[in-house]
Amino acid sequence: MLISDSEPRDPYKKYFDWYANQESSELIKKSRDAERIFRRTGITFAVYGQEDSAERLIPFDIVPRIISGAEWRRLAQGIEQRVAALNAFLEDIYHKQEIIKAGRIPRHLIEKNEAFLPEMIGVRPPGGVYTHIIGTDIVRTGENQFYVLEDNARTPSGVSYMLENRETMMQMFPELFYQNRVRPVENYPKLLRKSLQALAPPGCTGKPRIAVMTPGIYNSAYYEHAYLADQMGVELVEGSDLRVINGKVSMRTTQGYEAIDVLYRRVDDDFLDPLTFRPDSALGVPGIMDVYRAGNITIANAPGTGIADDKAIYSYMPEIVEFYTGRKAILENVPTWRCSEPDSLAYVLEHLGELVVKEVHGSGGYGMLVGPAASKKERAEFAKKLEARPGNYIAQPTLSLSTVPILVNKGIAPRHVDLRPFVLVSNEIRIIPGGLTRVALKEGSLVVNSSQGGGTKDTWVLED
Amino acid sequence: MLGRTANGLYWMFRFIERAENTARLIDAGLRMSLTSMQGQDDEWGSVLQSAGVFSHYMANYDEVTSADVVNYLLRDRDNPSSVMQTIEQARNNGRMVRTGLTREAWEATNECYLEMKEQLRRKVPAAELPNIIDSIKQRCGLIRGAFHGTMLRNEIYNFARIGTFIERADNTARILDVKYYVLLPAASYVGTSLDNVQWESILRSVSAHRSYTWAYDTDYNPVNIADFLILNGQMPRSLAYCYEKIVSNLGYLEREYGDRHNAHDTAAGIKSMLHRREIQQIVDNGLHEFLEDFIGQNNRLGNEISEAYQFYQT
Repeated sequence: MLISDSEPRDPYKKYFDWYANQESSELIKKSRDAERIFRRTGITFAVYGQEDSAERLIPFDIVPRIISGAEWRRLAQGIEQRVAALNAFLEDIYHKQEIIKAGRIPRHLIEKNEAFLPEMIGVRPPGGVYTHIIGTDIVRTGENQFYVLEDNARTPSGVSYMLENRETMMQMFPELFYQNRVRPVENYPKLLRKSLQALAPPGCTGKPRIAVMTPGIYNSAYYEHAYLADQMGVELVEGSDLRVINGKVSMRTTQGYEAIDVLYRRVDDDFLDPLTFRPDSALGVPGIMDVYRAGNITIANAPGTGIADDKAIYSYMPEIVEFYTGRKAILENVPTWRCSEPDSLAYVLEHLGELVVKEVHGSGGYGMLVGPAASKKERAEFAKKLEARPGNYIAQPTLSLSTVPILVNKGIAPRHVDLRPFVLVSNEIRIIPGGLTRVALKEGSLVVNSSQGGGTKDTWVLED
Repeated sequence: MLGRTANGLYWMFRFIERAENTARLIDAGLRMSLTSMQGQDDEWGSVLQSAGVFSHYMANYDEVTSADVVNYLLRDRDNPSSVMQTIEQARNNGRMVRTGLTREAWEATNECYLEMKEQLRRKVPAAELPNIIDSIKQRCGLIRGAFHGTMLRNEIYNFARIGTFIERADNTARILDVKYYVLLPAASYVGTSLDNVQWESILRSVSAHRSYTWAYDTDYNPVNIADFLILNGQMPRSLAYCYEKIVSNLGYLEREYGDRHNAHDTAAGIKSMLHRREIQQIVDNGLHEFLEDFIGQNNRLGNEISEAYQFYQT
């Protein structure tokens, strides 16, 4: 965010005027206060495979990331275009498959993909919306250069951090919000509820009954599930609360079973319905897919949306956007080599030291190789895996990510970040101004994932 | 409201109540072992019995020693009724019903868990025990306070309260039942100093050794003690008081939902029985038999409530 070593970019000017008058010991103390607030609230997440630290806090940095109104408008246009294209793509591949017929995407890439659900072919979700809630991961590499890293179109998480970060900042630094005109994010739960309501099944008369579905308290994002249900004022259900009765998905209340119209599910496709998908799933609802196919419940996001944020599909996003919107993509894709293609594989193997190689179906920063940071031995070992299953990997150049300031013991220091704005799709597309900024807390590190030592900060979009 | 949520609230508050009661039992045990007198050796055994974990303890330990019993009751992971386990279960239930709690009530529960986890990380040296016990009682009090001060008086509140009082009634009845023999007329009218210590221990384990004096007399008298803990409607841990509360909370649910269940009749039956009985009559007919019967009925009521309000999938 610094233009040179000393001069902050425009949107940060007022913040740094304020910062110049702060005691750094006082700020460090505020950081600790923030941590205490988070711990008491229970905003913790589980790291798989680490029993003792079963509940960890995501570190929070108290310096906001600030985006000007003009920068945001451009980003928002690009996101809106992309989200519209994702929904059109999903509608297409589960119906006419014109993009395949037009030869723009290879058929096997869709039909052989685990995220593609044949059960969804010909099924039209209420309102025609497949992905209702999206988190688009964006990085910045220059003044006007943004790249989309990933479209999280199935079950994006992190929105509760966006909301709690803002809440905490307003509690700790109210004066900053007088001085800067920061666009609000706290109406997200209301907008989410509105969006879900707007897409109730056609047969639903009266006020739609909404519920959030969670795998339970041991899920790493449980806090968020409970938080959203609470803020929307709807029930938080588990599979064991639900049952199909008279063609409707119903929840067991203290007064008997009551039908649900819209289910915001935070349970993966695989576990949704033991009769259709994994028979051993104890998290799902037997028969829910029949109710869905009959048009008697809205499931957000729709089953089968995972195909849209698959990493193998990602590399085709520029084509996808152009195919459905008729315009060039406003936001760029990171150049991507598909290792399934022999030429690309050869290139990737030759340039392992410069590239980031990711598993096609991986997430959370696991199973990836950051070439420049890896040792010779690590690269050689990875090359073997790559040659054994090339179709399992894609590779991208390491981007020179922009940095933003964070608070460290000695004052302010630059760190790499990404940004996940949240988008709601119903009869309209709503983009919440800001999003979740994830920051690599280690000096020089590019990995922002919370499971790998990343932190978060409040993200301001200024009204200008 | 989901049946599972009602279940979670009910158990969350049963566990909080249990944690506090266990802390109090340890306190009473501790007191007895400080009062060096013949007969004290059995005290830790009866503490285990009052907590309902005697046989489980004996299956895991060779002998009853004060250090082992205290550790077992405070922090043993294998003892589902240990203070740490009950607080953890209360908190897990709280997490499960998070949408039903105010931020204050949830945070008090979460902080109680975090604090006790820290304090009970390792074995507690004898010298620190009184502090730990205070701290458990205080933390549980904070949860109760946050809950009373911020929660709407609706079905959520009712289920939490019902859980609290079913657990409390069970506890008080158990404490008395384990010690019923020291309250028997034949042995007790003598009023030896050993009796006095035993009686005080009973009162102490329900935090009532001071209030007894206000309500009755400075002298402990077994019939009065039984009356205090069973029939006295002013005593917040007596069976009569617990049933007063259970019946009124069930009554709210009945009005709110427009449905009456078996549980309503069972609770009303127990309440009016407690109302009609005289203490002398209970003692004469057999205190032990009375308590045993009560514990059974109280359990049955718990099951009827869980059935009536669909706590579990059937």
